[in-house]
Amino acid sequence: MAEIEIKNLRKEFGEFVAVQDSTFKVEDGEFFMLLGPSGCGKTTTLRMMAGLELPTSGQILIDGEDVSFKRARDRDIAFVFQMYALYPHLNVRQNLEYPLKSQRASSSLIREKVTEVAAILKIEQLLHSPISRLSGGDRQRVALGRAIVRNPAAFFMDEPLGALDAEFREEMAEELRALHDRMRATTIYVTHDQLEAMQMGDKIVVMNHGVIEQFGVPQDIYDWPATKFVADFIGSPAMNFLQIDYQELGAGDATVMFKEYPIQVPVSVQDFDGSIDVGVRPEHIGLSREAGGISALVVASEYLGTTQIVSVQVDQTILKARVSSSEEYALGSAINLYFDPRNISLFNHHSGKALLSEGNQEVLING
Amino acid sequence: MSYSVTAPSSRTKLFSGFVVSLYAIVTLAPLLWIIATGFKSGQDSIHYPPKVLFEPTLEGYVNLFTTRTRIPSDQAPKEPSSMTWYEEIVNEKGELIAGPSKYGERFLNSTVIGFGSTALCMLLGTMAAYAFSRFKVPLKDDLLFFILSTRMMPPIAVAIPIFLMFKNLGLNDTYLGMIMLYTAVNLSLSVWLLKGFMDEIPIEYEEAALIDGYTRFEAFIKVVLPQAITGIASTAIFCLIFAWNEYAFAVLLTSGDAQTAPPFIPTIIGVSGKDWPAVAAGATLFLVPVMVFTVLLRKHLLRGITFGAVRK
Ligand SMILES: Nc1ncnc2c1ncn2[C@@H]1O[C@H](COP(=O)(O)OP(=O)(O)OP(=O)(O)O)[C@@H](O)[C@H]1O
Ligand SMILES: [Mg+2]
Repeated sequence: MAEIEIKNLRKEFGEFVAVQDSTFKVEDGEFFMLLGPSGCGKTTTLRMMAGLELPTSGQILIDGEDVSFKRARDRDIAFVFQMYALYPHLNVRQNLEYPLKSQRASSSLIREKVTEVAAILKIEQLLHSPISRLSGGDRQRVALGRAIVRNPAAFFMDEPLGALDAEFREEMAEELRALHDRMRATTIYVTHDQLEAMQMGDKIVVMNHGVIEQFGVPQDIYDWPATKFVADFIGSPAMNFLQIDYQELGAGDATVMFKEYPIQVPVSVQDFDGSIDVGVRPEHIGLSREAGGISALVVASEYLGTTQIVSVQVDQTILKARVSSSEEYALGSAINLYFDPRNISLFNHHSGKALLSEGNQEVLING
Repeated sequence: MSYSVTAPSSRTKLFSGFVVSLYAIVTLAPLLWIIATGFKSGQDSIHYPPKVLFEPTLEGYVNLFTTRTRIPSDQAPKEPSSMTWYEEIVNEKGELIAGPSKYGERFLNSTVIGFGSTALCMLLGTMAAYAFSRFKVPLKDDLLFFILSTRMMPPIAVAIPIFLMFKNLGLNDTYLGMIMLYTAVNLSLSVWLLKGFMDEIPIEYEEAALIDGYTRFEAFIKVVLPQAITGIASTAIFCLIFAWNEYAFAVLLTSGDAQTAPPFIPTIIGVSGKDWPAVAAGATLFLVPVMVFTVLLRKHLLRGITFGAVRK
């Protein structure tokens, strides 16, 4: 069990800054997601936390103790690599025994532990197989087994499901979450898959270009993204944006003007003037044939069972709306759009930062 | 008959089989000739036209391991029944065994120097290669180039300085000197070959071991070495073959105690220059250790060691 805190962590590779000034806190027993696109510095962050890479500056605290420059083996953590890194010259049982042997555990304890872990992961029948004969999923289980056999204070996983087929990923993701719920060990999980992060995580850190964009619980991040990047990265289809070239906004205002259409938004708590983007999730767009609202043109629709994604064009912008499948929208027909005013975010077009409103201020000020 | 896109056709196989056989004949014929000569009598070995069929004798092998003198005319002939088989062979030609030859000693010298330098070379080579492969070594590329540059001229080009150096240091004709010399010559190749093999081993294995509670050195011994075994085996074979067969330095730097077999074998031919069977026998036996070593390590050479445990 461990509480992990990262303070102003920074990593440079020569000229290149892979991680810039990261700060976040992982509570004891949390399933914590490090989410971001490829190359944003997730692995680098995790490796510094594990002791495989030394930070350029900043601190890593495990249970209050500064471990920034401690060796990996003195941090009492386990790491699950994306490529598993199971020792190819050892069989499954030997792989599971390996971390225990380094602690000079007695052979009876080793046997007991390995049996226990094999039972948890349902790999008892594989104990004598060489690694080369295992399927991807079984390798994944053995890699997890090697991590949990030692009862470490925390688990670090770098895209542990990355090498599996889409179908099997979901199954393993569920197994992994169930395992965590049972063991309640602090887990830090790296992924570039926003859906995986939303489904599995207790908390999420969203990174981009080495910068932490937002940190919080999945629901808050989804509802009240701190930046346009987060809004765009999380959710599928992504959030829609309507650009307003110039808008004057004062504290207390709750309307913005897109062309000639007024759009109701959550009450602003800051003053702003300049170019903004109005962000609205697909499920918060309603389509109507009645007059009123923003007029648009249906350009495509994608059937998804109970819902459908209807693409509509407003000026040069394409918006996607998630609506019930019961209604049909003919291609090329005119339609009117209504936005749910409670769930709209406004972004400073130039900095990408969300403007504070009564809706998001609580989330963003704490986050 | 079915056609496969990837499997070679039977004509291709036939042709490649023919080429391989031809090559085998060309390379093996001299070897077979040497082995055969070892079992010929002195006359048969210099017979013209050369004899393919002959009556085999161990005369060459006996001569190889012994020194002999003419039977003095005044000495009473030994009772044939009390003679060993090799005394008989010598006796037939009117000679007496005077004592053992130096071949056994020279062979032992070759073994100590050859295997000793190979072992030392592997020890230093794996560690250096590991460091070059994994760590940020200052001036890494320059150092690697420098190491390789020692092989850009034939080693014998530096024979004179080495001779003088060895002479001043008292290393002439010693095991230590020869082992150090062959290790130094082989090390550049080993470091390069081994670094290539180590680069292929994913670094995650060691990192996993480091996190699992092992030290860097334990990770090197228990995780890296077992996976580098293919590379170590093949590099060791190259090193041994060089050290085993090396002639020029051996002639120059050894003459007695530490003399290896290669400079000794030609001297077996004797003053009369006729004892070809003994020379051939010496050469034949000299091939055995390297062949055994290669055969023993062959299974490592052929086996891919990672078995795809890391998915790329
Ligand atoms: N040892 C290194 N030397 C130089 N640059 C590095 C090194 N390791 C990582 N980088 C760079 O740092 C950046 C962040 O890398 P990192 O591996 O942390 O990304 P990531 O978020 O894990 O991406 P991915 O999803 O592709 O795994 C990348 O641009 C990468 O090229
Ligand atoms: Mg990564």
